[in-house]
Amino acid sequence: MAAQTLFEKIWESHVVRAEPDGTTLLYIDRQLVHEVTSPQAFEGLKLSGRRPRRPGATLAVPDHNVPTTDRTLGIADPLSAKQIQTLEENCRDFGIMLFGMNDIRQGVVHIIGPEQGFTLPGTTIVCGDSHTSTHGAFGALAFGIGTSEVEHVLATQCLVQKRPKTMEIRVDGELSNLCSAKDVILAIIGKIGAAGGTGYVIEYTGSAIRALSMEGRMTLCNMSIEGGARAGMVAPDEKTIAYIKGRPLAPKGELFEQAVQAWQQLKTDADATYDMTVTMRAEGIAPQVSWGTSPGMVTGIDQRVPDPRTITDENQRESTARALEYMGLIPNMPITDIKIDTVFIGSCTNSRIEDLRLAANLAKGKSVARGVRAMVVPGSGLVKQQAEQEGLDRLFKEAGFEWREAGCSMCLAMNADVLQPGERCASTSNRNFEGRQGAGGRTHLVSPAMAVAAAVEGHFVDIRTWK
Amino acid sequence: MQAFTTMTGLVAPLDRVNVDTDQIIPKQFLKTIKRTGLREGLFYDWRRQKDGSQDPAFFLNQPRFQGATILLTRDNFGCGSSREHAPWALLDQGFRCVIASSFADIFYSNCFQNGILPVVLKADEVLATMEDVLTTPGYQLTVDLGNQAVTTPDGTRFRFEMDPFRKDCLYRGLDAIGLTLQQEATITAYETKRKAEAPWLFRDFRP
Repeated sequence: MAAQTLFEKIWESHVVRAEPDGTTLLYIDRQLVHEVTSPQAFEGLKLSGRRPRRPGATLAVPDHNVPTTDRTLGIADPLSAKQIQTLEENCRDFGIMLFGMNDIRQGVVHIIGPEQGFTLPGTTIVCGDSHTSTHGAFGALAFGIGTSEVEHVLATQCLVQKRPKTMEIRVDGELSNLCSAKDVILAIIGKIGAAGGTGYVIEYTGSAIRALSMEGRMTLCNMSIEGGARAGMVAPDEKTIAYIKGRPLAPKGELFEQAVQAWQQLKTDADATYDMTVTMRAEGIAPQVSWGTSPGMVTGIDQRVPDPRTITDENQRESTARALEYMGLIPNMPITDIKIDTVFIGSCTNSRIEDLRLAANLAKGKSVARGVRAMVVPGSGLVKQQAEQEGLDRLFKEAGFEWREAGCSMCLAMNADVLQPGERCASTSNRNFEGRQGAGGRTHLVSPAMAVAAAVEGHFVDIRTWK
Repeated sequence: MQAFTTMTGLVAPLDRVNVDTDQIIPKQFLKTIKRTGLREGLFYDWRRQKDGSQDPAFFLNQPRFQGATILLTRDNFGCGSSREHAPWALLDQGFRCVIASSFADIFYSNCFQNGILPVVLKADEVLATMEDVLTTPGYQLTVDLGNQAVTTPDGTRFRFEMDPFRKDCLYRGLDAIGLTLQQEATITAYETKRKAEAPWLFRDFRP
């Protein structure tokens, strides 16, 4: 048999039918559903009198609209409340597993899938959410879809797809002290651009990737979409298997052993080829800070804000100037001179227990700078519970951080956690688009470690030398 | 879904790169449980000045682009969030076709689900047309899906590529789910075979 990449192995095992022109009916093993992109899909099923083909292959959770403050008070915004209520009704009507707002297992959809063992290697996973790429960290083919496709998968357990191209991004070497998966993916996007991965599925390889924890690999794959790739993946290994073992929704006993045997085959063959390969050295990656309004507008902490006048490409010059105007930044100013008002630690990119452990230990014995508001939003109720058992909440609170309930929160500000116009935020989330965290708000994407240091100092600092 | 065959329409220019779906329709409009009525949210923040009033300079607020049915824009249009509210809002505003030098993958797919034709033209063709649209009042284009061509008022024809299956579905306005359901027996056969190979994938999580 011809040598195959990891992606090709997963793709081929899910082909239900392939047309001569390459149009493929692809089987979808699992679907995740949240309240924002599903109501119209369920409505479509109802209007056409269709039923889900395998309701038992779906897991639903409200996350975008949920308050991160005391939930016994309910949801103040009637539209948010209605959307969550609609999800609950649809799950009841169609027999779909739901972790409700007051369930300890509730959390950001891309946090809870892996946490519960719902996310497994070698599977196809979709969700009406572009950050579904997160699940690729387990060696799954996971990608975001629109609401019409959510309905399509509910009704048929399949999607019509054309096979994407493959891109290898190889990162070898060792990361510097306190540089993380977040810095790696931001540096990658800075290199390939916000559309560099369009039409591709990325496989991340190399010693620096293998050295990442599962949490780190999830952070990495999560932001594949910010580089334009619908999916990113890392081949499963012993870390992957150890992470999955014993999780509530994961296979158990003999079935688990059988699955592990299959998962061990899930790697790119030695002589397989990719359509494109990008290589980087881990040592060359400094802590990253985005300065603009697209995730590709990012640089190292030891650099300066770009100067549009020195950019020769007209399009790039215009978009850089526009971004700097929106962000209220002066060309050539050192990144370390950028002062911040707000810090957000959370989102499907960086709100797992490992992120919170690192952040809490850096915050220990320090204080949030005067005038800075800093909040920590755990990725799930279970992450929150574990963090509290470890005393992390105390470290955060003593340092002046707010400690919240789980949800998407200020990553996209659909709930009450919103930036005010002109407010500048160091955020561990994934998008720095105009108005993403609130109309007129200014977002700088950073790692959790960089966010803590910025909270304490009131401006960005190089975490590698921060005391 | 409404079929798309050929259309001639007024062109509106959005001369920017990397337009993300957060700009096309901001978060506060995603709280709906319907597909319709989203026009109000289309480019909501860009339509407004800092004091909240309508910005007369933004293309959608200019009288000359009222009634436009074709949106002309640049690289990587529709990047970011997968929200299908973006094409729903464009459709609600009256756009049936978006022409760009490139699209983000998820937005591109979402267009086909809603009877909107996304057309990829070469960067120089887009730039030249953008110039013409900005300088020529009432500028119209003819978009012909059958022949995969865009024709300018002076008769210049730009060819575009299109996946044959997607083209056929859009051209005939087919129900995508209905088409897949015709493969019922093939799907069942796949499931039977797969269940034997990988039984752990078939755990039933229903409450």
